[in-house]
Amino acid sequence: MNRDQDRVKSFTRRALLLGGAQVVLFSALTGRMYYLQVVESEKYKVLSEDNRINLRLLPPPRGRIVDRYGVQLATNKQNYRVIVIAEKTSNVERTLERVGAVVELTDYEKRRIMRDVKRKRSFIPTMVRENLTWEEVSRIEVNAPDLPGVSIEVGQSRHYPYADQTAHLIGYVAAVSEKELTGDPLLELPDFRIGKNGIEKMHDLRLRGRAGRSEMEVNAFGRVIRELDRREGQPGEDIQLTVDMGLQSYAHQRFGEESGAAVVMDVTNGEVLALVSAPSFDPNLFTNGISGENWRGLLNNEKAPLSNKALSGQYPPGSTFKMVVALAALDSGMVTSDHRVFCPGHRDLGNVRFHCWKKGGHGTVDMTQGLMHSCDVYFYDLAQKIGIDRISEMGKRFGLGAQLGIELPGERPGLMPTRDWKRRVLGHGWSLGETLVSGIGQGFILTTPLQLATMTARIASGKAVVPTLTRHAAEMASNNGQLVSAAHAADGPDFPSLGLPQSYLAVARAGMNGVSNVPGGTAYNARIKEKEYALAGKTGSAQVKRITMAERSTGVLKNEQRPWKDRDHALFVAYAPVDNPRYAIGMIVEHGGGGAATAAPIARDIMLECQKRDPVNKAPSSSLAALGPLPMPRETR
Amino acid sequence: MSILSSSRSAQMSLPQKFGQLNWGLIFLLLLVSCVGFAMLYSAAGGDFQPWAVRQMARFAIGVGILVLVAMVDLRVWMRFAYLIYGVGLLMLIWVDVAGVVGMGAQRWINIGPVSIQPSEVMKVAIVLVLARYFHGLSHEQIGRPHYLIWPLMLVAMPAGLVLVQPDLGTAGMLIMTSGMLFLLAGVRLWKFAVLLAGGGAALPVAWGFLRDYQKQRILTFMNPESDPLGSGYHIMQSKIALGSGGIFGKGFLEGSQAHLNFLPEKQTDFIFTALAEEWGIVGGLTLLALYTLIIVYGYAIALRSRSQFGRLLALGLTSMFFLYVFINVAMVMGLLPVVGVPLPLVSYGGTSMLSLLFSFGLIIGVYVHRDLMVGRNGGHDM
Repeated sequence: MNRDQDRVKSFTRRALLLGGAQVVLFSALTGRMYYLQVVESEKYKVLSEDNRINLRLLPPPRGRIVDRYGVQLATNKQNYRVIVIAEKTSNVERTLERVGAVVELTDYEKRRIMRDVKRKRSFIPTMVRENLTWEEVSRIEVNAPDLPGVSIEVGQSRHYPYADQTAHLIGYVAAVSEKELTGDPLLELPDFRIGKNGIEKMHDLRLRGRAGRSEMEVNAFGRVIRELDRREGQPGEDIQLTVDMGLQSYAHQRFGEESGAAVVMDVTNGEVLALVSAPSFDPNLFTNGISGENWRGLLNNEKAPLSNKALSGQYPPGSTFKMVVALAALDSGMVTSDHRVFCPGHRDLGNVRFHCWKKGGHGTVDMTQGLMHSCDVYFYDLAQKIGIDRISEMGKRFGLGAQLGIELPGERPGLMPTRDWKRRVLGHGWSLGETLVSGIGQGFILTTPLQLATMTARIASGKAVVPTLTRHAAEMASNNGQLVSAAHAADGPDFPSLGLPQSYLAVARAGMNGVSNVPGGTAYNARIKEKEYALAGKTGSAQVKRITMAERSTGVLKNEQRPWKDRDHALFVAYAPVDNPRYAIGMIVEHGGGGAATAAPIARDIMLECQKRDPVNKAPSSSLAALGPLPMPRETR
Repeated sequence: MSILSSSRSAQMSLPQKFGQLNWGLIFLLLLVSCVGFAMLYSAAGGDFQPWAVRQMARFAIGVGILVLVAMVDLRVWMRFAYLIYGVGLLMLIWVDVAGVVGMGAQRWINIGPVSIQPSEVMKVAIVLVLARYFHGLSHEQIGRPHYLIWPLMLVAMPAGLVLVQPDLGTAGMLIMTSGMLFLLAGVRLWKFAVLLAGGGAALPVAWGFLRDYQKQRILTFMNPESDPLGSGYHIMQSKIALGSGGIFGKGFLEGSQAHLNFLPEKQTDFIFTALAEEWGIVGGLTLLALYTLIIVYGYAIALRSRSQFGRLLALGLTSMFFLYVFINVAMVMGLLPVVGVPLPLVSYGGTSMLSLLFSFGLIIGVYVHRDLMVGRNGGHDM
């Protein structure tokens, strides 16, 4: 008994000790619980919501791009795709076999799909094929009972109904590259497309709109349980161009196989009515990723279809520059329009001989005749008198040698050289010979077709017209959402005067009239015969390859005898109608030989079409908000 | 000790014993189990299937076993202590061998439709066998070191076998439960100090024997945020669930962490988290209070028992129960590494439920036979 009492005492003590320890441990648990659930509770509540809620972006529909009449140039096409959800079918492979019996599926595609299916969680849809035709969609719908887990999903993809006719204008969209990521989560969506070129690029933010968001409750595996909240985004803005698609289409086709560019604009307000760079490409190829074969084809084409020659092609203006030289001479006060020069077919400077394009010479010519016949010697003379700096200054007044700020990417400045420029950039002084060749638009001088059109519009209007391509939302809003009417747009921007007396401009215009409408003018053969549509123009050709002394002695090869790459560029600028100018064009046919032979006829046809359509005087009929369904592209004429 | 009272309890008829059952404790067990049913119902997304119904059935069977065990004479359990221990040990060896022969870790023995987890059997057996051994020693004998060799071997054998399975959690439970029995039996405190010091020194060596995933668990426990999508994920998500529950919780069936599956094993090891997410700290503390009451009952029964065997058995099993609760709750709150110890009576699991109710059967048996005098070897020779 004694022995047991010892044990009982000891046991009781130890039991109390153990109980005490257990009380301490449970207290620790209570303390920890208090810390987690009361002190830190807010922090964990946030984490719990983060866990639970998955934000999903709702990509906004991209704004459409329409021409001045509301014809849709860039739209969003319903893109039907077949998807398969692995968990809804017992055997994905067998289901795919059945899908393959309805729509075509290559073995490669099947392997790709099986790989995707294995990689993803079973409730996440896998894309089987996209861009289905209506027929394929209906075939799948009809067979739906035999296709467990297969369904049709509608997405939107960008579509350009006029394809290559608008490629250089509109540009295209493509998948976002790593460099373009800005942290905006919208850009990280797998099927999001971003403007990569043209208007699509320049106005990307406006076209893009703002993303909506949907708050989804998800479980730990990412499966959506339900939608908690949804905020609709803002669809992208529609953008209206000043372009007349009918004219654009005509001009594009008129180029045919030639390589070159043309810009048609309204001389009063600078609205670009057509902007063509040929050859072109199909921008629809880029929307879903261009194939390597197509891409290499575009890159290796010697006619450079990817380059927008209208504003990134820099060419010597050749004789189309002569109006600027004439105006610079008149403005210098050193000569008048009566100034006469005898042309023997060449002009000697020291022991260097500068040739006129006409071998026998023009005889004695005044300024108007010099322009009309494009006499090189006359302009060698003017250039020598006034010097390069005055010529360049006048060129700049006419919009040459600097970017005009058109709303398209890739615009190049061209070049109006000065003595200062040469010393600074090339490191040695200007020579008089360089002044002479500058007088006929050769040498260092570079211009773009857009600049040439602007130059011509300025000659026609006497104002510092600046080309524009879009009509802004603000204008539309002030007009109750209606398209800005042609009349309203016409008295739109008020450009400053060029500061040249009308009498000077009249000389340049008379010369251009002579070129096209007086027998003997260099483009008389390419005139417009209908009097009310007659244009005033100026031909030009820009040497690509210098004619060597050896060639001259053996007889100069005709352009047609030389390889394509070595032929001269053919240029033509014009405005019309002659008496009351409204439209101006600047164009180039690369390696087209003489301006009169290839460029002038194309320009004439475009200008005639333009005046017949008379886009600036035609009121658009529809408002942007009431745009009808997508019009089908016109049949090629 | 009056002969009358001892002979009375020795001579108790079965209906008498039934009347002597500790119904208060059984009611508490039912209450805690009901919390479990509710949480299993919630974990299934508001459905009695698949967990709650089966848990209820097991509870019903378990209470039957509890009543039977409690009415068996305490001396019978003492007499069979070594037999039960021996059977448990053989089963442990069997699963180890099967594990080597078969594929990887094996913790179950299938006998017909029933699968038995030998380690669960061993948890009860070790308490029985140690209680019996120490019952037979006098206070002076316990003070002598060589009397401790045999009980240490009794602990070391099953602990070693469980460790090679490898089941770190159960091995730890066995060792800690035995440690508490040694303490209660009156082993001198300085010996524990020596043991702890020695154990501390052996830690680096033990680390080398751990499997990679076990090391990972311990490392993750130290710094769960280091690997939020890997091993630390469970602990992080559990803390988020607990913390977001706040004071009153998100409401029954409203626990987003548990229902959206961010919470791992919400019906078993992490069920306490699910409870605290839906019922807040109020719910968590209420459950802890219920557990505390059960443990207090255990203490009262142990202290009231007239036999050393009964005292050691009741308090040993109660302490094991305490350990279950503490380790599980500390684990889900990020205080201990994730070792896979269920929350007693609440976590879904058949073996655990049955072995726990078996243990409480023994504890209540001690209560029923509280005045029974037990001899050195289970006889009635006192």
